[in-house]
Amino acid sequence: MQPHPRTLFDKVWSSHVVAELAGGVSLLAIDRHLLHDLEGGPSMRRIAERGLKVHNPELTFAVPDHAVSTAPNRRADSTPNSSRLLREMKDGSEASGVTYFELGTDSQGIVHVIGPELGLSQPGMTIVCGDSHTCTHGGLGALAFGIGATEVMHVLATQTLRQTKPKTMRVTLDGKLAPGVAAKDVILATIGQIGTGAGRGHAVEFAGTTIRAMSVDQRLTVCNLSIELGAKIGMIAPDDTSYSYLAGRAYAPHGELFDRACAHWRTLPSDADARFDVEHAIDASRFAPQITWGTSPQDVIAVDQRIPDPAHETDPQRRQAMEAALAYMGLKPGDAIEGTPVDWVFVGSCTNGRLSDIREAARVVAGRKVAPNVRAWVVPGSEATQREAEREGLDKIFLSAGFEWRKAGCSMCAGINGDTVAPGQRSVSTTNRNFVGRQGPNARTHLASPAMAAAAAIAGRIADARKLS
Amino acid sequence: MQKFTRVTGIAAPLMKANIDTDVIIPAKRLVGHRRDELGAFAFEAHRYQPDRTDNPEFVLNRPRYRGAKILVAGENFGCGSSRESAVWALAGFGFRCVIAPSFGDIFTNNAFQNGMLLIRLPSEQAERLAAALESCVDPTMTVDLERRVVTEPSGTEMPFEIDAELRQALLEGRDEIGMTLAREAEILAFQERDRAARPWIYRPRPGSTPAA
Ligand code: SF4
Repeated sequence: MQPHPRTLFDKVWSSHVVAELAGGVSLLAIDRHLLHDLEGGPSMRRIAERGLKVHNPELTFAVPDHAVSTAPNRRADSTPNSSRLLREMKDGSEASGVTYFELGTDSQGIVHVIGPELGLSQPGMTIVCGDSHTCTHGGLGALAFGIGATEVMHVLATQTLRQTKPKTMRVTLDGKLAPGVAAKDVILATIGQIGTGAGRGHAVEFAGTTIRAMSVDQRLTVCNLSIELGAKIGMIAPDDTSYSYLAGRAYAPHGELFDRACAHWRTLPSDADARFDVEHAIDASRFAPQITWGTSPQDVIAVDQRIPDPAHETDPQRRQAMEAALAYMGLKPGDAIEGTPVDWVFVGSCTNGRLSDIREAARVVAGRKVAPNVRAWVVPGSEATQREAEREGLDKIFLSAGFEWRKAGCSMCAGINGDTVAPGQRSVSTTNRNFVGRQGPNARTHLASPAMAAAAAIAGRIADARKLS
Repeated sequence: MQKFTRVTGIAAPLMKANIDTDVIIPAKRLVGHRRDELGAFAFEAHRYQPDRTDNPEFVLNRPRYRGAKILVAGENFGCGSSRESAVWALAGFGFRCVIAPSFGDIFTNNAFQNGMLLIRLPSEQAERLAAALESCVDPTMTVDLERRVVTEPSGTEMPFEIDAELRQALLEGRDEIGMTLAREAEILAFQERDRAARPWIYRPRPGSTPAA
């Protein structure tokens, strides 16, 4: 009998089911539990207070990222709240045997950057973290998703989670990308096309020739915005690109174990005739560099387009949302978005804070100067990324252009550590959320690729990076 | 965890679609505040004027909706970030139940695990309910989880669907960690089998220095 054709998601899900519970809920085994500074310490403390132990400390990894300062001379106590959070996470990790990645070491960085970079995240794993952008790790073929604080405690205490199986969706992106089009543009344009609600209740698999041609870094960027498509889970089937990326990484299997792992990974991609509950097919060869104009990632256009007019929108709810977004952003319908003056540029975050992103921005910046009206920051996603970029001399390119070159962390992506955009100021940011108040009260955020952010810093306004490179 | 059986209280309509967790609780409030303090910052950006007095325009500040326990919201309520503090902020504000056509995925999980009942009603029903709350004299209504019925201010009853296990857990105020630890033998047996099949999962150890 032919085995039932299965999707990548189905294969990983079913191999992790410990027990089927009532009401369609599965008890899932968790392979990697990542803790960040906002939840890590408090969760370990609450578990200890209940008299419970961390079930599998060897599968649990803690790293400070959200609350830490990114100042070049930072210390653990540089921001008002990081001191207590870091102390609590470090002590909790030591007491329970959890690996803690210390500030000032190569392993420190944004949790979704260091996971892949250290080889902790691997194909076919279940990976969870108390942060919605955990879907990033799906770029390596892992089943990774964000969980809430109570679920963090559940995983700490049991190394399992109770989950209802989502439906499946495949987004097939085909075609060769036009010059100057980045992974960020691919996912923003996709969200613009199918909407921020499209993936709700679904595990999304990104497939197609466009995805196959991407590096692991690019795939991580695509999967990072799965949650902005409404999906907790975004995955990309592993292939030779993924295996060679992982080979030799610190926490990836080595030697004979790597070969065994790799043989397993090769069984994971969706079977040719596997069925998905929903399918989208998108021609990526027509994408141009994107920039958001509103307060949702789906409010996005190509940089050479005009700001849409709510008057042309037939759905009254959508029209209202567009009007509110334009008022918040201080933009007029029908205007060209290119040329809009900006105050801030931020290159970083778990979306675009990897080495390849920094290189992409550096290519645009090289030999140029940041416009006088702009403050521009590069915040590497990890200390290893920072070190490697410095080895390549990229820091010099940014510094001599007038950028600030900072230490690894989440920084201005959510402004939790105090790095924020001032009220009313406009920023072009390589992050994933342009929500109202995300980068600070009344901050106006435009999401874009690293090259587009770099171009805005140089031009002092929203600019088409293709004209600068 | 607080039990949920039957709640009678004021219900407030907030029908905007896609109210995300950043609107429910701004990120900057996540550090430096305990979870039981977050109610003061729920809907902060909409709720207060620049001088931090209440914004009279915001629906939850209107006298008729003060002290609301039930929120009737637009579709995709609680979308966005995974922060559980969104649920704590809503609970701190006084809400025990949210009724909407749909909810963000992670928000849904978080709500149930904090004893907050989420009820999905079809859009038309939610809209009608919101309109009824606006037009009635006293916007007080009842949510009965035992009977799975919402009683509108007019007395009209609307049945709702809910997953049986979640309903049971809410009714008993049962904690999931305790339920799962009762299955410890199954978990250990799984890990033993899995350790033999996928040994590399269980032996993460640093090899050389990490490369970017
Ligand atoms: S970089 Fe931004 S999106 Fe990523 S984990 Fe940090 S705060 Fe969240």
